[in-house]
Amino acid sequence: MTAVEERLDAWTGFRGVAWRHDIDVRRFIQANYTPYEGDDAFLTGPTERTAGLWRDLSGLFAEERRRGILDVDVHTPSTITSHRPGYLDRAQELIVGLQTDAPLKRAIMPNGGLRMVEASLEAYGYELDPAVKEVFTKYRKTHNDGVFDAYTDEIKRARRAGVITGLPDSYGRGRIIGDYRRVALYGVDRLIEVKRAERAAIDTVPSTEDIIRDREELAEQIRALGELKEMAASYGDDISRPAATAREAVQWLYYAYLAAVKEQNGAAMSLGRTSTFLDVYLQRDLDAGRLTESQAQELVDDLVIKLRIVRFLRTPAYDELFSGDPTWVTESIGGIGEDGRPLVTRTSFRFLQTLYNLGPAPEPNLTVLWSPALPEGFKRFCARVSVDTSSIQYENDDLIRPRFGDDTAIACCVSAMKVGKQLQFFGARVNLVKALLYAINGGRDEMTGEQIAPATAPLTGDYLEYNRVRAAFDHTLDWLARTYVDALDIIHYMHDKYAYERIEMALHDHPAQRLLGCGIAGLSVVADSLSAIKHAKVRVIRDDTGLAVDFAVEGDFPRYGNNDDRADTIAVGLVEDFMALLRSYPAYRDPMHTLSVLTITSNVVYGRHTGNTPDGRRAGEPFAPGANPMNGQDRHGLVAAALSVAKLPYDEALDGISLTASITPNGLGRDTDERVINLVGVLDGYTDAGGFHLNANVLNREVLLDAMEHPEKYPQLTIRVSGYAVNFVRLTPEQQRDVVNRTFHGSL
Amino acid sequence: MTTGAVHSWDLATAVDGPGTRFVVFTAGCPLRCLYCHNPETRFARYGRRVTVDSIIAEIEKYRRFIQVAGGGVTISGGEPLLQPEFTAELLHAVKGMGLHTALDTSGFLGDRATGQLLAETDLVLLDIKSWDPTTYRHVTGGEVAPTLRFARRLSDLGKPMWIRFVLVPGLTDALDNVEGIASFVATLNGVQRVDVLPFHKMGAPKYPAVGPPFLLADTPTPDTELVERVRGQFTAHGLRA
Repeated sequence: MTAVEERLDAWTGFRGVAWRHDIDVRRFIQANYTPYEGDDAFLTGPTERTAGLWRDLSGLFAEERRRGILDVDVHTPSTITSHRPGYLDRAQELIVGLQTDAPLKRAIMPNGGLRMVEASLEAYGYELDPAVKEVFTKYRKTHNDGVFDAYTDEIKRARRAGVITGLPDSYGRGRIIGDYRRVALYGVDRLIEVKRAERAAIDTVPSTEDIIRDREELAEQIRALGELKEMAASYGDDISRPAATAREAVQWLYYAYLAAVKEQNGAAMSLGRTSTFLDVYLQRDLDAGRLTESQAQELVDDLVIKLRIVRFLRTPAYDELFSGDPTWVTESIGGIGEDGRPLVTRTSFRFLQTLYNLGPAPEPNLTVLWSPALPEGFKRFCARVSVDTSSIQYENDDLIRPRFGDDTAIACCVSAMKVGKQLQFFGARVNLVKALLYAINGGRDEMTGEQIAPATAPLTGDYLEYNRVRAAFDHTLDWLARTYVDALDIIHYMHDKYAYERIEMALHDHPAQRLLGCGIAGLSVVADSLSAIKHAKVRVIRDDTGLAVDFAVEGDFPRYGNNDDRADTIAVGLVEDFMALLRSYPAYRDPMHTLSVLTITSNVVYGRHTGNTPDGRRAGEPFAPGANPMNGQDRHGLVAAALSVAKLPYDEALDGISLTASITPNGLGRDTDERVINLVGVLDGYTDAGGFHLNANVLNREVLLDAMEHPEKYPQLTIRVSGYAVNFVRLTPEQQRDVVNRTFHGSL
Repeated sequence: MTTGAVHSWDLATAVDGPGTRFVVFTAGCPLRCLYCHNPETRFARYGRRVTVDSIIAEIEKYRRFIQVAGGGVTISGGEPLLQPEFTAELLHAVKGMGLHTALDTSGFLGDRATGQLLAETDLVLLDIKSWDPTTYRHVTGGEVAPTLRFARRLSDLGKPMWIRFVLVPGLTDALDNVEGIASFVATLNGVQRVDVLPFHKMGAPKYPAVGPPFLLADTPTPDTELVERVRGQFTAHGLRA
């Protein structure tokens, strides 16, 4: 067959025209998917094959937990084609492909930074192959080296003090989602053709620096697509042509994703929005009698097994910052189409069903795009899965769709982007609380006394005056925004140069739009502190050097998180003001600036490095996660807290606003049906109010306390933290305590 | 303008009526239940005097959420019927907002509930704290008869009711005591369910701050077996428990 004939053959039965001529997966989905408005009754449990495969892996997980990492290849810097094929159980696997030649065996990816690789290996008792070290010190520069060549002293100071932290300057930035579906729908050869055309289109443009970079990047993308074919061929598959069956569609898509995680150790390596796309293939085979429901579920189960064993080599310090060993294989499920039809299919259910068939797990990070308009059967199934597993998160499709369209996926935790058309320059976050203390202290760090921000006159007087604090704070925030954007410019320039995401970008249109994902931590502490200064009296306690090291609050004051505008408008204003400052600093490759109110679990580490605050929080205490109110300060229950969070304007925080809630089962209802109905109601109400994100944990504190004592009893206990889920028993004791100490809503 | 003594308000799901509810805790109660978990609402002086309008303004902030999520407003306490005019006005105003209303009461002051008040109550959460009059007096310091009278009146009106019974080992758990309530409740119209609430001590830490000693500190919480036995006594009468 010719290439064209092969394509037509693979597309037999598919409707629509436009997607055939251009790379346009969205139009393919719209023309072909079958919305499903029923309930979960059609789903099937795990087959003996699936259960056996998972059982074998569970043994490896226990060993991995014991040793930190199961195994690592210290000799071979990972590329798409660096390792020979690896299998779990070749005879049993329906979907194949591993990052290295054995399951859970990690690879080294020195392009991001050699030090990270060396430190990680050392922590687990391994040593880097000296030949690799020589290459990456003598002959090949890393992203990390490049960044530190260009960092200014001011950035280094801010970074060291922890007012700007978590920057992707020594590891992969992540938060770029290749449109992995394209490989299944079009086959790699067609994608190469299109990339060549994109490249040819700029051959006539004068060779400015930007154009030269574009040309080089497109050449790299084309090369990466070739390597992708080669990797698949090593497993015996020819993916130059489109997938012709459901199994091939799942497999082709997974090869594309696998290539990405073989090439990049990105902070978040998200999958995209694949379930309804895959449903078209599964439905075609089901309709033709080529597949049973149980076989369809097996394919999804097998894909999810593969996604659950994605591993990166990271340092214990990194794992401490992010809790456990996260990869953020985020899959976005559900939502409503622009034409009003729900994007829910049977395969949306099948993905969620994996949490029963394989048990709860943090990865893939299953994310439901929620709208009150979703079909009732789907809403109830989601709520039931939350009640039973605490493993999924919810994001507001009614906010996302008008701004990003209906083919949008979440990268990492809460970052929306159009699949294959947008990507993010990940920017971690700044510590707003420290910035407030710097404002009070004339730019000196409250813990060390060191001058970090440019010296200004410290605030004087026994009591803090609101207007003076605000003025000083605005000044500090302006410095912070400038320094922050500066640092991100350097990071992303160097990442493009030394650790470019070849395969992920090959699965984007050219040119793609870039989002600059900035972030803030400590919003509730700052809002409460400013509220205390405004509504109560805050006396300053200074040390011998005049440094404000503590505060005494006289009188009561409204707190953020009680649906009380007096405090909530302060939080809203902080988001708006900081976003405006960020926008005033144009950035590398002209991105759209965005902001997240998300801490992941770094709220613990941030808190540890931040002094006493005017809201009464003690030095070292964790911040609240994401946009949460401070623990124990939301006094009117979850709904009031959620409505405070819902006031934060999404347009000024387009990278997402995270709320994490833990509810006891009895706080939702006395039996499962009641809990399901009530959780659906709360999700509808919160979404309707404009709340963006909700992590819903449904569990008792006692279970967590028992899991701290007896981790062996809870190998799969999963709990949502900020924007993703973790395996509870893999958290550090300090993080476990933080999770346990968070407000549990005995009733909403 | 009518004012009332209100201790606090809260948003709760699945506890004080169906769905997500704005719960107003009025201050002041005529009973002195040994197991009381809200001792801070015993006296009107523990609350703040607030107008109906100010509570309504607060509820207004949640109206939309409650309508979308499903739920309503519950007047609890304390004992809301200790302040019948205030409670009636509040219920009237809440009905006017188009929200579902529930009244959480011991029924001890049921005679004070006017026909108008009940007409604007969609659901009554009625605590029957014991059947045996001696036990009732021991547990609450009051008489059981007014509660039973109130229950009958609600039944005659066909008013939807959730009956609640706090199960305390060694205090309210006697077979006959439970049987008495169950057989009585089985004769009532409008009972949608019976909540057997296992005694807990989560209110104990509040006692030192409000004065009286917590007398059940050494009383165990009921085990599952006991709870199931008591539930079984209700379900044996065809009740949903």
